[in-house]
Amino acid sequence: MNTFIIWLLALVQTALLVAIAPLFASWVKRIKCYLQNRRPPVLLQPYRDLRRLFAKKVVLADNASVIFRLAPYIVCGTTIMAAAVIPILIVQIPIASIADAIVLVGTFALGRFFLALAGLDVGTSFGGMGSSREMTIAALAEPAMLMVVFTLAMLASSSNLSTIVTYVLNQELVLRPSLLFALLALILVGIAETGRFPVDNPATHLELTMIHEAMILEYSGRHLALMELAAQLKFTIYAVLIANLFFPWGISQSLAPGALLLAVFSIAAKLTVLGAFLALSETTMAKMRLFRVPTFLAVAFTLSLLGMLSFIMLEGH
Amino acid sequence: METYAELPLLQQAIQTLAALVLVSSFALLAQSRVIATIQIFAWQGLLLAVITTLIAWETGLTHLYISAALTLVLKAFFVPWLLIRQARKLGILRDFDAIIRPGITLMAAGSLVIFCYNVVLPIQRFAQSITRDAIAVSLALVMIGMLMLITRRKAITQVVAFMSLENGLFFAAISATQGMPMVVELGVAFDVLIAAVIFGIFFFHIRDSIESLDVDQLNRLAETDE
Amino acid sequence: MSESAVLVSIAIGSTLASCVFTLFADKYPSILKSVVFPLLALSGLTSMGACLLVLTGAPGFSGVLPIGLPWLFWHIHLDALAGFFLGIIGVITFSISLFAPGYIREYIHSDYSLVVLGLATGLFITGMQLVVIANDAFVFMVAWELMSVSSYFLVAYEHKESANRHAAFLYLLMAQIGALFILLGFGVLAAFAGDFAFESFRVTELTPFWAAVAFGLGLAGFGMKAGIVPLHIWLPEAHPVAPSHISALMSGVMLKVAVYGFIRLVFDLLGDLHWSWGIVLLIVGSVTALYGVLYALMQHDLKRLLAYHSVENIGIIYIGLGLSVIFFSAGQTTFGVLGLIAALYHTLNHALFKSLLFLGAGAVLSRGHERNLEHMGGLIHRMPWTALFFLIGCISISALPPFNGFVSEWLTFQTALQATMLESGVLRAVIPITAAMLALTGALAAACFVKVYGIAFLGQARSRRVRHAREASKGMVIAQGLLAGLCLLFGVLPTTTVAALNRIAYDLTGHRVAAATQQGWLWLTPVDPKVASYSAPLILLGVLIILAIWASIYLLSRRQRRIQPVPRKAPWDCGFGPLNPRMQYSATAFAMPIRHVFRSMMRLQEEKIREMDPHLLTRPVGLRYLFHAKDISWHYLYLPVERLLHAAARRVGRIQTGHLRHYLAYSFFTLVFLLWLIT
Repeated sequence: MNTFIIWLLALVQTALLVAIAPLFASWVKRIKCYLQNRRPPVLLQPYRDLRRLFAKKVVLADNASVIFRLAPYIVCGTTIMAAAVIPILIVQIPIASIADAIVLVGTFALGRFFLALAGLDVGTSFGGMGSSREMTIAALAEPAMLMVVFTLAMLASSSNLSTIVTYVLNQELVLRPSLLFALLALILVGIAETGRFPVDNPATHLELTMIHEAMILEYSGRHLALMELAAQLKFTIYAVLIANLFFPWGISQSLAPGALLLAVFSIAAKLTVLGAFLALSETTMAKMRLFRVPTFLAVAFTLSLLGMLSFIMLEGH
Repeated sequence: METYAELPLLQQAIQTLAALVLVSSFALLAQSRVIATIQIFAWQGLLLAVITTLIAWETGLTHLYISAALTLVLKAFFVPWLLIRQARKLGILRDFDAIIRPGITLMAAGSLVIFCYNVVLPIQRFAQSITRDAIAVSLALVMIGMLMLITRRKAITQVVAFMSLENGLFFAAISATQGMPMVVELGVAFDVLIAAVIFGIFFFHIRDSIESLDVDQLNRLAETDE
Repeated sequence: MSESAVLVSIAIGSTLASCVFTLFADKYPSILKSVVFPLLALSGLTSMGACLLVLTGAPGFSGVLPIGLPWLFWHIHLDALAGFFLGIIGVITFSISLFAPGYIREYIHSDYSLVVLGLATGLFITGMQLVVIANDAFVFMVAWELMSVSSYFLVAYEHKESANRHAAFLYLLMAQIGALFILLGFGVLAAFAGDFAFESFRVTELTPFWAAVAFGLGLAGFGMKAGIVPLHIWLPEAHPVAPSHISALMSGVMLKVAVYGFIRLVFDLLGDLHWSWGIVLLIVGSVTALYGVLYALMQHDLKRLLAYHSVENIGIIYIGLGLSVIFFSAGQTTFGVLGLIAALYHTLNHALFKSLLFLGAGAVLSRGHERNLEHMGGLIHRMPWTALFFLIGCISISALPPFNGFVSEWLTFQTALQATMLESGVLRAVIPITAAMLALTGALAAACFVKVYGIAFLGQARSRRVRHAREASKGMVIAQGLLAGLCLLFGVLPTTTVAALNRIAYDLTGHRVAAATQQGWLWLTPVDPKVASYSAPLILLGVLIILAIWASIYLLSRRQRRIQPVPRKAPWDCGFGPLNPRMQYSATAFAMPIRHVFRSMMRLQEEKIREMDPHLLTRPVGLRYLFHAKDISWHYLYLPVERLLHAAARRVGRIQTGHLRHYLAYSFFTLVFLLWLIT
């Protein structure tokens, strides 16, 4: 009976995360608008956008193949699977023993593979450009991401996400340089992977500035809705990862309804604060040239490397 | 040996700040803007002052407080101010000092850190000081300072590299032996101050002689060439 | 005789029989299809059978054949390791026996002799099978040379092109140098053991210095055949020019036989492992992997690209072996076995997906007559089945779940994560950095295969022949389908595979990773369930559930919308007019950002040729862009070595003065010297 409830909760928390992903993206946009002295759209605007797109008809390019038609489902599906793997409200989710942190990275890579293929499918220059840049940035971000995973896994002696969160939760206030550097590196990698400033601009469709938008340029109707949802969900997943891996206080370790309610409030509060910080940083930074992005990712890798080295050197055995 | 989590919060803070100082030396190595180099050096001085204060609080040695104050005033405020003033007078403040092969330099810095850790390992087994692991960090700081000296071309960034090397030595002294005797401390501090002043004077002379502050051009000063 | 002995004899016997029957191939080409390839298929099946028998617990066999030198008869031996590699040979042989009948149809009416092709193929496979079951140095070297020389004839098969002849010559040269190193390595062992049988090698103890020498010779010799950097230079030249099913055999199997030789030498014959060997392997593996994938990204010839990827994957296997050696020498036998299992799993995976990719390239080549990626495109519409199976190969090689490439990478990462158990701080720091490099190569490989699949199969066709390509013949499609299915199978059932690999590790080293399979067939828990666990079948189930959810939403909403075909329009062209295939991204353009980031590691050669109008000489009529990435090891290693050899040869050649008196003087002084020696 207990396992059934846990599985149900795991599925419910995944569905909840999928449901609030557009809201999180909208919140970040709202703060950016306030900072830039613009009037923001309604907070629930992304939901209206998605509903509108689902209702519209799909139009395909002449030579779009089956990969083009399947890619939105695969991309959205893998992102939902990734959302199922991370601990959001409760720590001990059963899916964490099916897929650990490395599998999480692999799942994102699978989605990205099909997204890039979809970009190349139609045979336009936009799609090829987006795919090429996306795969380059992803390739350069992988070592940093893996080093962060390694630092956390060596710290918690396990690559299981639930175990890592439990470990960080159960230590009292410990100031670890490795965690600090891993946090900074994960933030930089997250910015690169989710296509936010200063790596990519999610709001434009200009050739010079688009990476993710270039790959999904040809999509329409429900396909476009799924791709947009996948992008927002990926963004929210990274935010939840940062919040729960490094600041896990508030996450519930039992099935008690009181603890669960506290977990809901705490994750909402953490996402709100993270979103505000991100909006602030996006407003103060300019977008980088494409060939400055490797330097950005090299900084991320250096930070994660220093995190791992400080774990080995400074935090002893 | 106790695990890291059982150390008192103060010592954990010292370890974290030591790691941040290491990050700042990496940042110095990779930074090509002159003004940013001086600013990072100032931050490094500030971090060192904070570490010294924490160690002073932990061990109760009052001369470390004075040391910390000296570090703060000199290394975090005075020397950067002096350098910025000189650079502005020479007109090189907004210059870029391009890094030769940044990728290999950063990889070398990373390997140096691992190498220094390997060198220090035997010593660590017997050290009783509270910041024993920071010795490896301080040795790495010195090595990275020397690496920066080798890979930079403009004189002003080389001065900053020399200063950061001295920072590393200072950190080693603090972490290994809880500070140097007061006389030595004052002497070293004044040395650094004078060095900064003299460097400033020499900058003008060098530039007047060879019209450039590129150290690779210094070989033009050789008498036998003309 | 035990069953495995029967199966192995049938395997080798049918391969030899195929050689005999192929002698009639010129007169009756259909004999190939009806007799020769079925015999090869039989050989493949029986090899697989022997492998399965041995890996599920049946004892191998050991014997002495009455052939060979009078004082050194042939010793043969089949244990778990040999059985595993025999199985790999068998699977790929079976697949190409399905593939080849359709593929070689184009050679029937060409200038090239089918007898040579069939004979060399049969001898090649026989050589590989014999290498794997050899139990003394003599059989090993004879079989090795048989393998090398017969593959030379296969590489030089289309000998009318001079480039092919050069590639074959380079291949033979490097193969012979490698064989020499291996022979010297065995020589060191034989000097200590007294005779050439592997059994005596196993029991002798070598001094640490000579063990290191033997290790170095083995690394150089087997590495030259396997393709580690910088000894890999023959791989990208030789693999593309051979017929495609032979490229699959070479890349998929022959490189693995070299890995087998290395594992046999280091883990079985040498025995005592030293940690410095592990570091060398780790560094060699990481450099090889990164080098291979970077050069692969720069290629626009499909087969050459796949050859460079073989270099990369061999690097990954060596990383696994290096981790294994480090852990064994530190006394952590469980993790050492884990590293060995990860390396062996990757060997199996690479054999499967690399052969699949080469067979796909062969299908494209035979139907579209193109090897250059820049002339392909849109093949998914013309060759749907090939496209599907090639996609599975691309996903597998990019190490994406739930296919097999991901499992071996996951195991390698889990082994690297256990670095915290080591004492040496330097190793604890270096191993995660190596793992980060492995992650970089994995991500770059994914980028490369997005490029390959996207440019070759998606988009619009860039040349006329590709636009009119037809689907490959049934045999070719079935062969690819079989390999793709195996890729999925080994990705979804990792625990069963690891259980089999455990047996190999136990045979070799006496230890096993019991924890890996303790939780049942669903869970792969290499160290401990609390440390890491992966359940591939459940992930596949998750994927299927999500697809089922999409399908049900789609079907439910179909009733609400009128069922009409999705409208097709022209793609977005910014209002400039119709797009033509030339406006698409090309393979070179796709790799440009990566090329820019890593440009210091390669020698890039770009040529822009402006074609002018013949009537009005200042008006350009066309622009051609040629791009070539030259291998830096040519420039930094091979050319200097060649110059050195030439200079030394010139010096020595000075004794050939041409004067009669000098030659008489040589004989005179030699005579005096010999007479003095006798005194």
